[in-house]
Amino acid sequence: MPGPGNIEFSRRNLLIVGAASFVTPGAIAAPTAALAQTAAAPPALSKVALNINGKVSELELDTRTTLLDALREHLHLTGTKKGCDHGQCGACTVIVDGRRINSCLTLAVMHAGDKVTTIEGLGTPQNLHPMQSAFVKHDGYQCGYCTPGQICSAVAALDEIKAGIPSHVSADLSASPQATAAELRERMSGNICRCGAYSNIVDAITEVAGRQA
Amino acid sequence: MKFDTPATTNPIDQLKIIGKPTDRIDGPSKTAGTAPYAYERHDIVANPAHGYVVGSAIAKGRIASIDLTDAKAAAGVLAIVTAENAGKLAKGSLNTASLLGGPEIQHYHQAIAVVVAETFEQARSAAELIRVDYIRAEGAYDLAAAKNSAAKPATDEDPPDTAVGDFAGAFATAPVQFDATYTTPDQAHAMMEPHASMAAWDGDRLTVVTSNQMIAWGARDLATTLGLPRDRVRMISPFIGGGFGGKLFVRADVLLAALGARAAGRPVKVALTRPLIFNNTTHRPATIQRIRIGATRDGRITAIGHEGWSGDLPDGKPETAVNQTRLLYAGANRMTATRLAVLDLPEGNAMRAPGEASGMMALEIAVDEMAEKLGLDPIEFRILNDTQVDPEKPERKFSHRPLVECLRMGADRFGWSKRSAQPGRTRDGRWLTGIGAAAAFRNNVVQKSAARVRLDPRGVVTVETDMTDIGTGSYTIIAQTAAEMMGLPLNKVVVRLGDSTFPVSAGSGGQWGANSSTAGVYAACVKLREAVAQKLGFGSADVVFADGEVRSGNRSAPLAKAAGDSGIVAEDTIEFGDLDKKYQQSTFGAHFVEVGVDAATAEVRIRRMLAVCAAGRILNPKSARSQVIGAMTMGAGAALMEDLVIDERSGFFVNHDLAGYEVPVHADIPHQDVIFLDEVDPISSPMKAKGVGELGICGVGAAIANAIYNATGVRVRDYPITLDKLLDRMPAVG
Amino acid sequence: MKPFTYERARSPAEAAAAAARIQGARFIAGGTNLLDLMKLQIETPGYLIDVNGLALDKIETTPEGGMRIGALVRNTDLAADDRVRRDYGLLSRAMLAGASGQLRNKATTAGNLLQRTRCPYFYDTNQPCNKRRPGSGCAALGGFSRQHAVVGASEACIATHPSDMAVAMRALDATVETVRPDGSARSIPIAEFHRLPGDTPHIETALAAGELITAVTLPKPVGGKHIYRKVRDRASYAFALISVAAVIQRDGSGRVALGGVAHKPWRVEAAEPDLPRGAKAASAGLLADATPTRENAFKLLLVERTLGAVLTEARA
Repeated sequence: MPGPGNIEFSRRNLLIVGAASFVTPGAIAAPTAALAQTAAAPPALSKVALNINGKVSELELDTRTTLLDALREHLHLTGTKKGCDHGQCGACTVIVDGRRINSCLTLAVMHAGDKVTTIEGLGTPQNLHPMQSAFVKHDGYQCGYCTPGQICSAVAALDEIKAGIPSHVSADLSASPQATAAELRERMSGNICRCGAYSNIVDAITEVAGRQA
Repeated sequence: MKFDTPATTNPIDQLKIIGKPTDRIDGPSKTAGTAPYAYERHDIVANPAHGYVVGSAIAKGRIASIDLTDAKAAAGVLAIVTAENAGKLAKGSLNTASLLGGPEIQHYHQAIAVVVAETFEQARSAAELIRVDYIRAEGAYDLAAAKNSAAKPATDEDPPDTAVGDFAGAFATAPVQFDATYTTPDQAHAMMEPHASMAAWDGDRLTVVTSNQMIAWGARDLATTLGLPRDRVRMISPFIGGGFGGKLFVRADVLLAALGARAAGRPVKVALTRPLIFNNTTHRPATIQRIRIGATRDGRITAIGHEGWSGDLPDGKPETAVNQTRLLYAGANRMTATRLAVLDLPEGNAMRAPGEASGMMALEIAVDEMAEKLGLDPIEFRILNDTQVDPEKPERKFSHRPLVECLRMGADRFGWSKRSAQPGRTRDGRWLTGIGAAAAFRNNVVQKSAARVRLDPRGVVTVETDMTDIGTGSYTIIAQTAAEMMGLPLNKVVVRLGDSTFPVSAGSGGQWGANSSTAGVYAACVKLREAVAQKLGFGSADVVFADGEVRSGNRSAPLAKAAGDSGIVAEDTIEFGDLDKKYQQSTFGAHFVEVGVDAATAEVRIRRMLAVCAAGRILNPKSARSQVIGAMTMGAGAALMEDLVIDERSGFFVNHDLAGYEVPVHADIPHQDVIFLDEVDPISSPMKAKGVGELGICGVGAAIANAIYNATGVRVRDYPITLDKLLDRMPAVG
Repeated sequence: MKPFTYERARSPAEAAAAAARIQGARFIAGGTNLLDLMKLQIETPGYLIDVNGLALDKIETTPEGGMRIGALVRNTDLAADDRVRRDYGLLSRAMLAGASGQLRNKATTAGNLLQRTRCPYFYDTNQPCNKRRPGSGCAALGGFSRQHAVVGASEACIATHPSDMAVAMRALDATVETVRPDGSARSIPIAEFHRLPGDTPHIETALAAGELITAVTLPKPVGGKHIYRKVRDRASYAFALISVAAVIQRDGSGRVALGGVAHKPWRVEAAEPDLPRGAKAASAGLLADATPTRENAFKLLLVERTLGAVLTEARA
């Protein structure tokens, strides 16, 4: 086995990596990787009552189920999107007890008793939330896939400003932050829109913030 | 309908509904989260099992053996499909690498297995238990190293080489010469919705709900791959969470969903995981570009040459980065050359404005550099070398070419006159500021496109076409087209898209979708109007469709009345003649950017952006504007941060997730302004529109690069322009 | 991700005892890093002990006039705390420069300290990585290393610690408080909490098996200008290329810690007397014996220039 820091990428080396091994013809396959699972343990199930948009659902879930997958796959609340499943895009943003979080990086079983608000809880196509209407008016979306996350995030971000929570771009940490374009851009940066609707999204949120003020 | 002579006055010209900045008709469903995407269609595919895709751990070589024992024994596992048990698979005509690898491996993270289990958690867990022994083979992963082995690509489209006059001689004798080489890196589409599909079999009939920009291509290639007759595959894709070219083709998700469903005897859904997508799917290939310009001392181009190198898997395609240089500027002596090297990286393919996006990133820096060498204002240099004819074939005119107007209007609106011609002279606190500009250019392509329209007894018109809406606004502009044609308000039009049982459209690609697909709807509506007039016994010469009524002379009838009890259906296809051969059809624009560069750290932040665009009739200024700002945003990413980094030892893109592959976030993008010139182009289609979805990315990267140069005096020719490339030439701190 | 048993802890000491007793157990709090890594088979716990119910979410003033921050205080709450904003502005600024609003709402003080590296080879289980799989080698050496460490690295590992918060904590001389499986408490100075990679890059902190962080304490506030300057390609939601955490006094003296340059928040107290002489002198001491790669050598100049900008700002 090569020493630390001495890895060779020549084809003549035998590398054992995760569950994969690389061999050259004639080389002897090494023992399977220690870190790999060797046996299939049965799934652990856990009961949880989730309060989603004011409605409580009793579920029995594999403990591995994220809040995101519980919403999408078990409750069929598919407005919340899976973009990356690793907290790198914000498409899965929901509001839990008034705070926006990435639902992909939290387990469903950790949310018994929490109040979860998803995009479906904000409004319906016939009765849109003001933030949803503003996104339509300003064309603050294109493909629509990041949109529910953007909207949940925007609603919570305005609440954070109201609550006086500062941001990276707040010039004075002790002052009350305002819903300026720079503040909104910084606060919304955890929601990626690859279609590039950012300029319009900020216009939409600004309109709602102005109405609220 | 054959479109082979320039359009004359038609009902679209009324502009009662077309040309208005209408909110999208799918807006409420998208903002409320009810618009359903591929992985969510529990209404179409009930009780699906979950498939999890395993990617190859090596870039090139062979699988010596796969041990599935533990994985098969894992809880919930229903089936595992590998190349060994998948049955015979062909390759779709539009795929370069196989979608299911093994035993031969063609690229890193090429799919080698799909594990199907009751739940996602079980499928993922079982996939971790698969053991694979690989035999690595040598591969080529470095474009610069492979450059000298690059060959002239075999192509049925554009010629790889073009030459007019005597480029070598004219360049050698030009009083002012410029010769520089530029590079662009591999880039990822990184659309927000992962490639995802649901598949269900009914006997030998396959239904897939997927995320695909080109339904007819997709259904055909999926049938080919599976060895099925074309009519056994139904493909449904009404909402697509972004594509940018990455979903033009059938990918592993849909094939493995189909194979998994067949093996499991039950519907299956598969989404590619984000860390897999970057190496498993396609990307925009890196380029090396050499540009030479020769000019007279007063700034007239006498020689212009552009050579481009890119790489792809064997039998792959080149990145045609030189193509715009054949058309954009005048000059009697010219050459372009495209060369393709064989690389064993993942498959290179189309990404938003393939060719021009990369080519304009280089050309429009070169033009700025040449202007500086000549002592000319870069905008004036561009204007001086404008051409109204195809410079390779001067007998061929542009259908419409207001590049000069775009540049002048943009310069005026952006405050170009305040720009310091001397770089590195403007400062705002800790920021060095600078302004840059570039031309925008993208060809306009037209594609055959069909639609079916049905008038029902309620007076509602339903449009069906396999056209897709990838965020472009297809639903809305198609509804606007039908409403304008039939004299109806928008709420009396229903649009149904993305289903292979609908007439075959142009699809979404190459910025041809809006103009071509609405022209197809126009054609179908012309037929429906004739059928309605005939049904009502109105002479079709003077018939008017307005306000939900049909009028002729002094007679009128509600449109609904013509429908009768059974409704009327009309279907037609727009087919384009040779107007695009007789005339060069292109879209034009000008990008203006102001940047700030942190004087200490060399971090670049964009402060202002403006695009002026000339792209024929703008069908919906609201959604068209969104297309342009989105493209500007993607171009900003390309200029400043996007870079699929290759590990040249093992041949893969290392930064294969959305934390490692950075795309712009909100904080990177300022307010963006877009101006559309008032233009109609009757040469392009009855809609008199052209594409706009890709124009916005062409040139914007160079405008940013030029602004950075103006701010700092540092010229960077290798994208992305990250701070490490500027740092050692920044002014002293303090 | 392999199946795991999920359990809620009832007290810190019980949690620590359980974690030490049960093979493959891990604590979960915010989960934003652990679940990310579990999905990729980088972390493979068979047992998760949820510590969120423990009452470790208070911010209190210590008898010495400092501050005691509960392990479970969320990053948002810590950054927004009035006393932190007033007296430890550096800490507030560092936290606000990290991650996104959503992640900060979940991520905890203790979890932030325990973040694992963002080295892309660590993140790809097909690649050699001594941190993920001891003895397999370091693919970042000779590979894509633009983000990697320039000081304190070893032949076994050139990864960096990704936290912003921890850099500020290092500059502020924080102390990490823990409870051990036997129920006893201990205090670990932040300087000793994170380790350099050496030959054992998989051992990242001074924590023993089962040991649970209960709080982080800060000494009484240090006056002066509090500046956290994070440098990155993307304007937000990105890890630092480098960062500078500084508290600078009127006379130019002060303290400084760096992020993005080493396997741990990087502070060289011996270099701090050079701060009044300027960035070049101070960064020479901070980055003495640097071993950059070809791809990240720019970080040396970037540190010097950024520190220069910080000192300029402090004078203003």
